[in-house]
Amino acid sequence: MDNLAIATPEIFMLVATCVVLVVSLFINENNRTIIYWSSQATLLVTLLLAFSQIGDEAMTAFEGAYGLDAMSTVLKSWILIVSIGGFLYSRDYINERKIARGEYYVLGLFGITGMMIMVSAINMLTLYLGLELLALSLYAMVALYRDNSDASEAAMKYFVLGALASGMLLYGMSMIYGATGSLGLSSIHDILAGKTDQSVGARFGLTFVIVGIAFKLGAVPFHMWVPDVYDGAPTCVTLFIGTAPKIAAFAMIIRLLVDGLETLSVDWQRMLAILAALSMVVGNLLAIAQTNLKRMLAYSTISHVGFLLLGIIAANPEGYSASMFYAITYAFTTLAAFGVLLALSRGGYEAVHLSDLAGLAKRNMLLASVMMIAMISLAGVPPMVGFYAKLVVLKAAVGADFLWLAIVGVAMSVVGAFYYLRIIKLMFFDEPIVPVSAAASPDVSAGLAINGAAVVLLGVFPGLIMTACVAAFS
Amino acid sequence: MSFELFLFYVFAAITVFGAACVITVRNPVHAAMFLVLTFFSTACIWMLLEAEFLAITLVLVYVGAVMVLFLFVVMMLDVNVEPLREGFVKYLPWGAAVGLLMFIEMAFLITERYFRSENYPIPAASAADYSNTQELGRLLYDKFLFQFEVAAVILLVAIVAAIALTMRRRPETKYQKPHQQVDVKKSDRLRIVQMPTEKR
Repeated sequence: MDNLAIATPEIFMLVATCVVLVVSLFINENNRTIIYWSSQATLLVTLLLAFSQIGDEAMTAFEGAYGLDAMSTVLKSWILIVSIGGFLYSRDYINERKIARGEYYVLGLFGITGMMIMVSAINMLTLYLGLELLALSLYAMVALYRDNSDASEAAMKYFVLGALASGMLLYGMSMIYGATGSLGLSSIHDILAGKTDQSVGARFGLTFVIVGIAFKLGAVPFHMWVPDVYDGAPTCVTLFIGTAPKIAAFAMIIRLLVDGLETLSVDWQRMLAILAALSMVVGNLLAIAQTNLKRMLAYSTISHVGFLLLGIIAANPEGYSASMFYAITYAFTTLAAFGVLLALSRGGYEAVHLSDLAGLAKRNMLLASVMMIAMISLAGVPPMVGFYAKLVVLKAAVGADFLWLAIVGVAMSVVGAFYYLRIIKLMFFDEPIVPVSAAASPDVSAGLAINGAAVVLLGVFPGLIMTACVAAFS
Repeated sequence: MSFELFLFYVFAAITVFGAACVITVRNPVHAAMFLVLTFFSTACIWMLLEAEFLAITLVLVYVGAVMVLFLFVVMMLDVNVEPLREGFVKYLPWGAAVGLLMFIEMAFLITERYFRSENYPIPAASAADYSNTQELGRLLYDKFLFQFEVAAVILLVAIVAAIALTMRRRPETKYQKPHQQVDVKKSDRLRIVQMPTEKR
């Protein structure tokens, strides 16, 4: 029981979450904003604790269940930053709709704790438990809007398919445990490296693990739940699902496939290549046909998962750091896009259709500009951060002799540019259908402005994040 | 045949008998009672395996708590058993086919070289002062402490989610207000009326 101090961010987060939970029980309806502010304070203090660990030397605690390394500290900080933004944008939305407010923040905080545990897990059991903590919180958050039948339906689908995916993942993990006799990822790596030909069991397990990961990420052909859940869930929960968990899912892939099963990289490279190619093609082509914004962003997520996998397929440190950069920047670009949707969904009005964005520039220039920046970045046009992210993952794929995959990627991002640019055309060149001006709270406007500025700034100076990503895998 | 082996056969026979009765008796309350019997004799077999902590937990948790809940559910919900038994003949071929398939699979597994019983010798008995409660505790609260805590948090989230999703404040629900009940005075509840007596 030494090195307990390295888990300070998680320990603080958990204790503070329990305090928020108890406070939310005793507080009356009129003082609900206290829960919001205490949740934000919890995240902020945890962020400071996690941030102060960046640059510490790698250590393990809890008998090899928890590990601190360069990747975990950076990813944790970003998960927390993105979550702070997510809570800020969600606040007005849930206040107006009277969705169980205390529970939204409490479940969100538990989910974030789960993500932090996943990121720091160096043991299959810890990884699985962290994933379940996140998933269980997300299922409940989707269902929280009880008066809405779409949300209940989405929660049901998410729960059933998520449970199936967890089962697959667990089955694969048990196979790997059977083949190696170890739960610790680094010792699995050593045992497999020592074996020459007897790793059939581990390969069998690897297949199930990849199916489980693909389900959780929403990679084609395991993507069917993504559009339904994104569409059915309240927009604030869609934002929560679509942003920070992608960073945690990236960490899960690295932990399992790289830290644990790197000796089987020839096997998983091929499997992931098929998943990535299908995701990029299906995601981008189907997104064109969508008129519902949330569904469109869901298919866009699927295509971006394909790009995220490109870097991992390269199976070298440059590729991993490229994917890490992609995951982080994707999370906060999507955060800006959903933030605008949430800011527009006010006054008993729900912004879900493409036509709801028509003429947004005439209604609110700031929201239109932030949306434009996010869309250009997702399309991968310079100088936004999305361009650099796509560039580095494509470069990694080409460097690892996956030229065909890189060509599919480039072709599909050209196709994808259509539906991103269509939104910009709608916002800036069409007449507004809803003539009222769209107003957001001052702090939300400020948050969105900073978020949009970060997308541009990091596109011009990608080194600000990229150096940390490279350091994580050196 | 040693005494231990004799005990094993007795408990095993009771377990199989109880399990068979669970699915054959008509009365659901009786079925639940036979399930209790099955659990209890399984616990006895575990005791023979020197897994005393698990045996006691099985009795305490499953027999003591889960089965009581089962009985409550069975008694509260007036389940009509007859419709559940309809189509027995119709489903019999399918059930029999699946059962046969499972039997063949198990037979293959047991005769396969890795799983033959000679590969699994009877483990030597532990020393008298060996406590598997202590060993389990050591694993749970020392080696797997972190995982144990995270599992506890998952349960907490499950409770929060279940309450958040199902609890509704209904205005028409009638609550008792104990302080008002205690404060009540005779004059609040009782009205004494003077009435003239009926004349004959």
